[in-house]
Amino acid sequence: MAGAGQGADLTSLTAHDMGIGLRAGRFSSRELVSAHLDVAERQNQALNAWLAIDWEGALAQAYAADARLAAARADGSGRPRAVGHHPLLGVPVALKDLISVRGGPTTAGSRILEGYLAPYDAHITERLRDAGAVILGKTNMDEFAMGSSTEHSAYGPTANPWALDRVPGGSSGGSAAAVAASHAPLALGTDTGGSIRQPAALCGIVGMKPTYGRVSRYGIVAFASSLDQVGPFARDVRDAAMLLHAVAGRDERDATSAPVAVPDGLLALPDDDAAATILRGKRIALPREYFVAGMETGVEARVREAVAALESAGARVEEVSLPHTEYGLATYYIVAPAEASANLARYDGIRYGRHVAADPPDVLANYLRTRGEGFGREVKRRIMLGTYALSAGYYDAYYLKAQKVRTLIKGDFDAVWSAGFDAIVAPTSPSVAWPFGAKLSDPVAMYLSDACTLPVNMAGLPGLSIPCGLSDGLPVGLQFIGGPWQELELLRLARGYEAITATADWRGARPTSFAAADDSAVPSPAERVRR
Amino acid sequence: MSGLSRSDVEHVAHLARLGLAPDEIERLQGELNHILEQYAALARLETDAIPPTAQTIELENILRDDVVRPSLSQADALANAVATEGPFIVVPAIIGGS
Repeated sequence: MAGAGQGADLTSLTAHDMGIGLRAGRFSSRELVSAHLDVAERQNQALNAWLAIDWEGALAQAYAADARLAAARADGSGRPRAVGHHPLLGVPVALKDLISVRGGPTTAGSRILEGYLAPYDAHITERLRDAGAVILGKTNMDEFAMGSSTEHSAYGPTANPWALDRVPGGSSGGSAAAVAASHAPLALGTDTGGSIRQPAALCGIVGMKPTYGRVSRYGIVAFASSLDQVGPFARDVRDAAMLLHAVAGRDERDATSAPVAVPDGLLALPDDDAAATILRGKRIALPREYFVAGMETGVEARVREAVAALESAGARVEEVSLPHTEYGLATYYIVAPAEASANLARYDGIRYGRHVAADPPDVLANYLRTRGEGFGREVKRRIMLGTYALSAGYYDAYYLKAQKVRTLIKGDFDAVWSAGFDAIVAPTSPSVAWPFGAKLSDPVAMYLSDACTLPVNMAGLPGLSIPCGLSDGLPVGLQFIGGPWQELELLRLARGYEAITATADWRGARPTSFAAADDSAVPSPAERVRR
Repeated sequence: MSGLSRSDVEHVAHLARLGLAPDEIERLQGELNHILEQYAALARLETDAIPPTAQTIELENILRDDVVRPSLSQADALANAVATEGPFIVVPAIIGGS
């Protein structure tokens, strides 16, 4: 078969099958990485999923991985899961552009970090290097991860591979689009209020936000420090588990990363036959408040069908109430902007990042101009909200009040775990991917798209989104929520759901815009928005 | 709670060190007031006896040994600064002018 055909085949594999092929010597990491870089570069005009594609660095890492793989084969240990080798050895990964990679750009989607080169690796970057994964480049995102559509990137929006005139969700929209479009089998993102799960749902892939403290935030551009958490994107559950295994665990440089063991079971999720039995006897809670007003009927129908499938596989699904859900949005939009306003105070245009001098230059005037011109509209809105909520005379009414309501929201979840449930199942997003611009003029409408995901961040819990069908040809996500540190249990449940729906007709559906995305004359997302 | 006036918005922008154009201030006044209306829902909840939650994982006082270890080099730490002079970052004069 010709090179192009071979490349297309390689990019359609799962990451675990890539690992098996690499260890068996069926293809090299260099071939695998080149195939992905080719597609990424060819389709980036149409998708704008990438802010930086690092050909040189990725190929160097691929050569190094090939050397390690060859050494393993030479000493006879090159069978799958060779001793001392992580299954990600030689497998490509995309990073959201707020994860530091030493010597490379890290913009966080903002003009204020244009030209900044990270002076050190994030902890998770180090972990990926140790595993031998190959970092392809950096993906687009809402500026400072503030947004639900990736339209708030200073570098233009990302398109959804399923429909080029629609958003991919956000804030990790570039990572989700890159994985959905097979530019990479795996990507990392961050989730502060839904920024992994919601774009995973809208792009038809798997995305997981781990328990707060599961993954180190060292070297991640901070948004809301008590909510931010790094997590994986993948096209199936096993791949997501494998990437989580590579990056999770205690790091002394992030005092909130927890000394909790990372289970090796993440690398041993069962195949379809065994996985189909996982759901038998599981107690799963269905929170009635998550079927919010304004939820699209197609989304609700797919989620209800998924619940019926879980039941027919032997799970016991019971409706529960999480009575403070309706307060989640207001609570989140006090806590997150307050923390953001403090975190973003560091962008002073002096030590790093964009600098705009006032005339005449003066310390205060320089700050005002640098920050006024460097930050985009949504970021300014959140800084203003947060500064106001923390300002003298309003702290008790807003921030302290929100922290107390946060206790109540967390208490709702605690009651579910106390009642003996194994997990909660719910919609991920109340809607499928929407057209560019549909929610840009109304911040509250945009914020509502995270109504089903942000309570999970408020409670610090792990949550996962997995595709559960299509509505009007666009993907719908099913959310599993678990107790603290229950990532393996959640991934096993999701693996069970994946197994019982393995032959569903919608499973075979793939993003339909690929042919269009390959056309070099296709308009960029930004051009499409302007029309 | 009554809404934010234009001068409230200007005050908060100053606290946040954001230089905003007049049209931005006007737009933000409307948007912020719309968002603050959503916050009002929280006032319905009785929370006097509820302790605040600042973080969720209940770790306490994680300490490490106080030892000197390699860190960023001076060159790396200065590499992204707009203006440097020797081992220093250059900024406008704060005291005494010019």
